[in-house]
Amino acid sequence: MKYSITVTLKKDVLDPQGKVVENTLKSMGLNSLKSVRQGKYFEIEVEEKNEEVAEKEVTQMCEKLLANLIIEDYKINKL
Amino acid sequence: MNSSVIVFPGSNCDRDVALALEKMHFKNKMVWHKDTSLPKSDLIVIPGGFSYGDYLRSGAIAGKSLIINEIIKAANSGCLILGICNGFQILTETGLLKGTLLRNKNLKFINKDVNIKVVNNETKFTSKYNLNQILEINIAHNEGNYFTNETHMEELKKENLIAFKYCDEKGVVNDRSNPNGALENIAGIFNAKKNILGMMPHPERMIDKLISNTDGINLFSSLISK
Repeated sequence: MKYSITVTLKKDVLDPQGKVVENTLKSMGLNSLKSVRQGKYFEIEVEEKNEEVAEKEVTQMCEKLLANLIIEDYKINKL
Repeated sequence: MNSSVIVFPGSNCDRDVALALEKMHFKNKMVWHKDTSLPKSDLIVIPGGFSYGDYLRSGAIAGKSLIINEIIKAANSGCLILGICNGFQILTETGLLKGTLLRNKNLKFINKDVNIKVVNNETKFTSKYNLNQILEINIAHNEGNYFTNETHMEELKKENLIAFKYCDEKGVVNDRSNPNGALENIAGIFNAKKNILGMMPHPERMIDKLISNTDGINLFSSLISK
């Protein structure tokens, strides 16, 4: 089973990289741009066939290592 | 007193801190991160560097290494733990210290000597300093922007758990004297029991007049005379 995971900074955490990308896009004339938040993307494949168990494991991976829950949120999508 | 310096792939301040400890007459041992037992230690130091190339987040991978379980056990039984720079980042990743270190506000790696102020000198790490003493210590990091939630910030202030704050040469703590955007200019914090100190500045680089100053010595001499 394959999953994609995105990890992004929480709303109230300053994202200086996202801000620089945002300012650059604006300076390129892309004026409709409202805001940019930068994050991380993972693709994860697990051997587990049972969907419920697999999702539990992927959630654990996110909470124990992939995201730092103090500053980041994560989203899991089944591919 | 016995000390252990933990070495990860990518640690690069391990030798410097070992020298500082030996200068203060600690009996020091270097401990590889794959080891599953610690030598008898009164003090464990997690040194600066770029463990695992800062992959994922600074300190995230080192925070899951085998030796960390032993460090957590030792910390819970009262052993003194000092994390410097990447060591501070690793301590937050293990949960031994709360909060985290974000990328510097200006997105730049900062390597310079800055002033910090001793905010609490009634601990085993800082007893040889005076309260509000201004030190000049080197910082060299890309992720030193300390961040934590409001509840923990209240606890830090109420329980006097802030060790050092960035300031200017006159001791003024404000945005101008804040090199990396850290909340409340925080440069170092203790855990609730004050047996763990995490700090971004490098005291081990300030122990010899020949290459810098000696403002870092009192940290190590506080520890040896605890």
